[in-house]
Amino acid sequence: MPFSFEQAQVGDAGTLPGARVSAADIVSFAERYDPQDFHLDPELARETFVGELIASGWHTCALAMRAIADGLLAGSTGLGAPGIEEVQWLRPVRPGDVLSVRYEVLEKKVSRSRPGMGLVRFRFDTINQHGETAMTQTNWIMFGLADVQEPA
Amino acid sequence: MWFEDVEPGTRTELGSHRFEAQDIITFAQIYDPQPFHLSEEGAAATHFGRLCASGWHTAGAWMRLMVEHRRRLAAQAVARGETMARLGPSPGFRNLVWARPVFAGDTIRYSSTVISKRRSGSKPGWGLVFHRNEGINQNGEPAFAFDGCVFWECRDKV
Repeated sequence: MPFSFEQAQVGDAGTLPGARVSAADIVSFAERYDPQDFHLDPELARETFVGELIASGWHTCALAMRAIADGLLAGSTGLGAPGIEEVQWLRPVRPGDVLSVRYEVLEKKVSRSRPGMGLVRFRFDTINQHGETAMTQTNWIMFGLADVQEPA
Repeated sequence: MWFEDVEPGTRTELGSHRFEAQDIITFAQIYDPQPFHLSEEGAAATHFGRLCASGWHTAGAWMRLMVEHRRRLAAQAVARGETMARLGPSPGFRNLVWARPVFAGDTIRYSSTVISKRRSGSKPGWGLVFHRNEGINQNGEPAFAFDGCVFWECRDKV
């Protein structure tokens, strides 16, 4: 269901389905973007103090982004995020985990600097199949307005 | 190099990464399939104007260069006959800013500056190191920045 800036209200919430994360997925991301031993290879990971293969936190961010793009932003007037206020990596993401992203609308405003743009502040909680929160994230997302108001 | 040896104020140039159009598209297809990250046409319809990299791709390139830097530190320690401290997963980050689009063909030069450190209350024998990380494009303009932190093993376990 594409997100509508105009229809959104503070307190709106929902759950976006995500993917099952395989060991191959974890290694594939880590090889290119976070080649620390505990993300890179199950054997190497076992020899570290972490003791097991776990996903890079940045991979968890990327997986959440996919869920948000597919479930919230597809078909919307989304224009990306200016940044991320905070991410907390609370629990490891392991091979076989199935992630979903719970979102909540925290704030909404029209841009004063850019005509035709609105911004929505979200909280995103990435949750595993046990209902545990793996990651929390807070950020604004920019949206094109349906009616572009010309400056007075 | 132990937590005790980390000096606030230390700045490290991590290296550069050139964002090729095909890599931008490949990353976005898997992790960030918004139109402005998938094609020039998709980007032209927005204020971005041109194909640009997912902000998470920009962050991933930083992380790769940081890990390579840490491996060099570890190799230098081993060459001196010393032990390199273990570095742990990060608890998270704050204040990430995507100041300007990273367009296909842009080269981002990344750096990391140690801001502060403290011993961890939750992990005895470990400290937390806080660092400010930046990416500057070939025009000298800031494209990316964030405040990160990482668990760093202490020489003194108590």
